[in-house]
Amino acid sequence: MPLPAPQANVRVVTLKIDGLDLSAREDETLIEVCRENKIPIPSLCWMEGLSIVGACRLCMVEVSGSNRLVAACSTRVAEGMEVQTNTEQLQRYRRTLVELLFAERNHVCSVCVSNGHCELQWLAQTCGVDHVRMPYRNAGYEVDSSHEMFRVDHNRCVLCTRCVRVCDEIEGAHTWDVMGRGSDCKVITDLARPWGDSSTCTSCGKCVQVCPTGALVKQGTSVGEMVKDQQFLPILARRRHLR
Amino acid sequence: MNTPATASMSHPAAGTGAEPASESAAESAQAPTSGSPPRKVTIATAWLDGCSGCHMSFLDMDERLIALADCIDMVYSPLVDSKTLPDQVDVGILEGSISNEEDLHKAREFRQRCTLLVSLGDCAVNGNVPAMRNPFKLDAVIERAYRDNVEVNPQIPTEGVPRLLPVVQPIHGVVKVDIFVPGCPPRADAIHYVLSELIAGRTPDPSQVTRFGA
Repeated sequence: MPLPAPQANVRVVTLKIDGLDLSAREDETLIEVCRENKIPIPSLCWMEGLSIVGACRLCMVEVSGSNRLVAACSTRVAEGMEVQTNTEQLQRYRRTLVELLFAERNHVCSVCVSNGHCELQWLAQTCGVDHVRMPYRNAGYEVDSSHEMFRVDHNRCVLCTRCVRVCDEIEGAHTWDVMGRGSDCKVITDLARPWGDSSTCTSCGKCVQVCPTGALVKQGTSVGEMVKDQQFLPILARRRHLR
Repeated sequence: MNTPATASMSHPAAGTGAEPASESAAESAQAPTSGSPPRKVTIATAWLDGCSGCHMSFLDMDERLIALADCIDMVYSPLVDSKTLPDQVDVGILEGSISNEEDLHKAREFRQRCTLLVSLGDCAVNGNVPAMRNPFKLDAVIERAYRDNVEVNPQIPTEGVPRLLPVVQPIHGVVKVDIFVPGCPPRADAIHYVLSELIAGRTPDPSQVTRFGA
């Protein structure tokens, strides 16, 4: 869903999250309210300043009166809403989701340039994933080092599509896209050409900075050296919004 | 890879498997028989397909080892002299993944004889670096290691070495594991925390102190 356009007259609603009485602008989403009020909800695909895809399902919450779980990133607040963000059921689902991400591709944290600065690694720790119960798929994915500044390692990609969105919505280049289905799904540059051959890439590096894992990294980094800087995104997104 | 039994295993903190075992470890450590000092918790460790870094990290507990020595008895380990695994051990600690037939045999032996089994380090917990060969066929891996990159007298070793398994697995891929301590290696503090909790008869939650790739 697109980012909401700022409205002149916005009403305030009141709602209850984890028993806390809170107020919020009616155009806010649940995850925004939780972030403002320091209520921790894990998330992966959601990022402040980018459009919302609700793909990773890690931010699912329970809403009273609804018999299904909703993604906090793609659910607007409503008057009188009662939300639970950390029930046993949600913890179980989140743990399983993170385990499946680890089982699907080859995230070898110990030899990753993002070791210690990785959102997936951090999510595993906070969700209590100390081992993966499913069998690993053990399928090899390619590494594209053709770009002179950056590298993409599909073994470490979680398909959050942050790179696709930041390239399209903020940089305006739309170099990145998604190709294939299921386990063949991957992010591509241009028409699945090597990144180094891309005629649309501006080498701005925004995709690298927003990537939550070690999938998109700078060339020349060694284990644990890839520290990402995501400060630019809310600033650029706000300016774009105001135009 | 996993049997249904291991796949349905729950988190150690909530697990039913871990609790009775750790209680018994604690009981045996703490139950004071009149006059004699409390029996120490017996610990066995083994180094499967890993780099020995986790055992080095164990030694990194430094002076805390002296205090630990009052509570634990290392009955079998690369760190001590004894060469045979006793029939009954309280806590078994395995470093490294299951990459060959010897690893598989050791893991099964440990599971059989240890009340509580601990996966120590990323190789044991998730395969880590040894498992990076898994996307390739075993024959291709052996060719690469023993022929392609060898200039003088290339040969594939067959005698006196255990046969490699086609797929490298974490320990819990072949036997039930009670406690998982990720990290490459887990820091000495993390190992100390886990051992202290076990000695005290509690079930440790290693996620508080360590993580994948720590």
